[in-house]
Amino acid sequence: MQGSEAIADAAIAAGCRFFAGYPMLPFTELLEHMSRKLPAAGGVCINADTEIEAVNMALGAAATGARAATGSCGQGIALMQEAIAEAALNELPLVVFNMARGQQDYFQATRGGGWGDYRTITYAPKDVPEAIDHTQRLFHLADVHRAPVLMYGDYVIAHTHVGVEPVTTDLGPVPAKDWALDGSMGGTGRAREIWTWARGKPNTPGVGPDQHWKDVAAKFAAIEESEARWEQRLVEDAEVVVVSFGTTATVVDYVVDELRADGRRVGSFRPVTLWPFPGSALEAATRACRRILVYELNAGQMLDDVRIHAADRRAIRFIGGVSQDSSGMRQGDLLDAAELRTRVLHALEEAA
Amino acid sequence: MTDMRLIAASSPALMQSPDHELCPGCGHPVAWRQVLEVIEELGVADRTIIVVGHGCYTQMMRLSDLDSLQCLHGRGPAVATGVKRMLPDAVVITLSGDGDMVSEGLAEVLHAAGRAERITSLLFNNGVFGDTGGHMTAATVVGQRTKTSLSGRDPEVHGYPIDVPKLLTGMDGAAYVARGAVNTAGMAARTKKMVRRALELQLAGAGFTFVEVLTMCPTGWFVATPAGPDYLEGSMMATYGIGELKRPEP
Repeated sequence: MQGSEAIADAAIAAGCRFFAGYPMLPFTELLEHMSRKLPAAGGVCINADTEIEAVNMALGAAATGARAATGSCGQGIALMQEAIAEAALNELPLVVFNMARGQQDYFQATRGGGWGDYRTITYAPKDVPEAIDHTQRLFHLADVHRAPVLMYGDYVIAHTHVGVEPVTTDLGPVPAKDWALDGSMGGTGRAREIWTWARGKPNTPGVGPDQHWKDVAAKFAAIEESEARWEQRLVEDAEVVVVSFGTTATVVDYVVDELRADGRRVGSFRPVTLWPFPGSALEAATRACRRILVYELNAGQMLDDVRIHAADRRAIRFIGGVSQDSSGMRQGDLLDAAELRTRVLHALEEAA
Repeated sequence: MTDMRLIAASSPALMQSPDHELCPGCGHPVAWRQVLEVIEELGVADRTIIVVGHGCYTQMMRLSDLDSLQCLHGRGPAVATGVKRMLPDAVVITLSGDGDMVSEGLAEVLHAAGRAERITSLLFNNGVFGDTGGHMTAATVVGQRTKTSLSGRDPEVHGYPIDVPKLLTGMDGAAYVARGAVNTAGMAARTKKMVRRALELQLAGAGFTFVEVLTMCPTGWFVATPAGPDYLEGSMMATYGIGELKRPEP
């Protein structure tokens, strides 16, 4: 099964009943699979006319309490930033799939480009089985926190074929959606309202923008404390720890195993959630090493988060860089085990 | 308009409070009253969701006793699409001004009509960005003075206004397209019938339904408050015309 199809199946298994998107590689196949499969599951998939339409349609569906999602690659997600911020500030659960063309959307995912004090929980799977798990987890987290959440996938995950069978994962209960609109409160004197300003109606006044945005900020601060996930390998005695995210981490794992077999003390650290960034874990994992190598295929974006959290900033070296395939759709030549091995060995020698 | 007297003072049942903060002479409350009365008369208040854009009329949402979703500027018809697809039995109404729909969100309304979404979109057109203090929109008529067309909208400089109902009339997905106004009591009553027909057609499962309402903004037009209705007739109504542009065959 293709990765895109596995994600579509996982989304439907998680109860997604509304999906809207605008075709754009390597997101296109996810939209194709959803348009084919979602109606059969009793849902709706719309081939929207712009990314802006798609994300706003998903917001409307989410406001009724339905599990809703949209997606694109980073270029299209750029157009959705306003609506992602809106979902954060009017507290609508929304899942956004970034099937990215590479690793240059880290800032977009973790800092965002909308207005207001908001963040987006972002899962970056390293392979298709993780993507299946993350997809279901994201729908769950969106409902638990009433917030937009993001998957940072890529071409590799979208197009890799693997033998998997997505099944529904029980992630526990989610809060009742007593805020959802169904029209039924009209004329009762207690009609509901969803608005980023939370002003409410005369009979049921809201807290207003100042308090509401303080509350939303406090919610994201709590999420930052509780929702960070990471994976670390062989860091305890490592002289060098390589930090990477997403599918790139599979190359790191391969090289780390190779170098370990040669007796080199190398380990790896991978934020599974890009936001919240697992800062305390990174600090602990890098306390004993001499070098922290940041390997990402961009000009140095996650590098900022590593600089914020590493035990010793002076130990950080950036070994990634901009590297894009000539098609523009996927990572380029720098995603190469031999090249990475050379760079890690160089760092080991420099640290000796 | 010198001989004015109060005929009746009442608030529609679906307003939680009549205390809006709109300017004297604003046409929006009159236009919104027609909509609320139709919803009440059709008995669909308990299955109606309003999706509201950004403008002076936004506070009509806040005061109305209807389930309400405030959406991003211009995106109402897209947001309402998601609502209606998940709740096909709900009456879904979008409310926009001309800045919201004709300037910011023209793509959304045209695509919703193209898809024949079973929603009703309302355009309260006063020809200016009233909320920002009287600036030119894509629906400002030629000659209209605004803060960004101080000598009046000049086609040589500013181009021409966009007539949304005229665009929609040529679209297969639009089932009903009408334009009313609220500058006189008679015109308001006629507009109410248009809103009623649009909502009846939505309930019947017809395609996209649309009513534009020309409303007064004396503050944004820089005319005396009592002069608003006559000014509307001589400017916007003279440019756009009133009536049902498209309706299903009986």
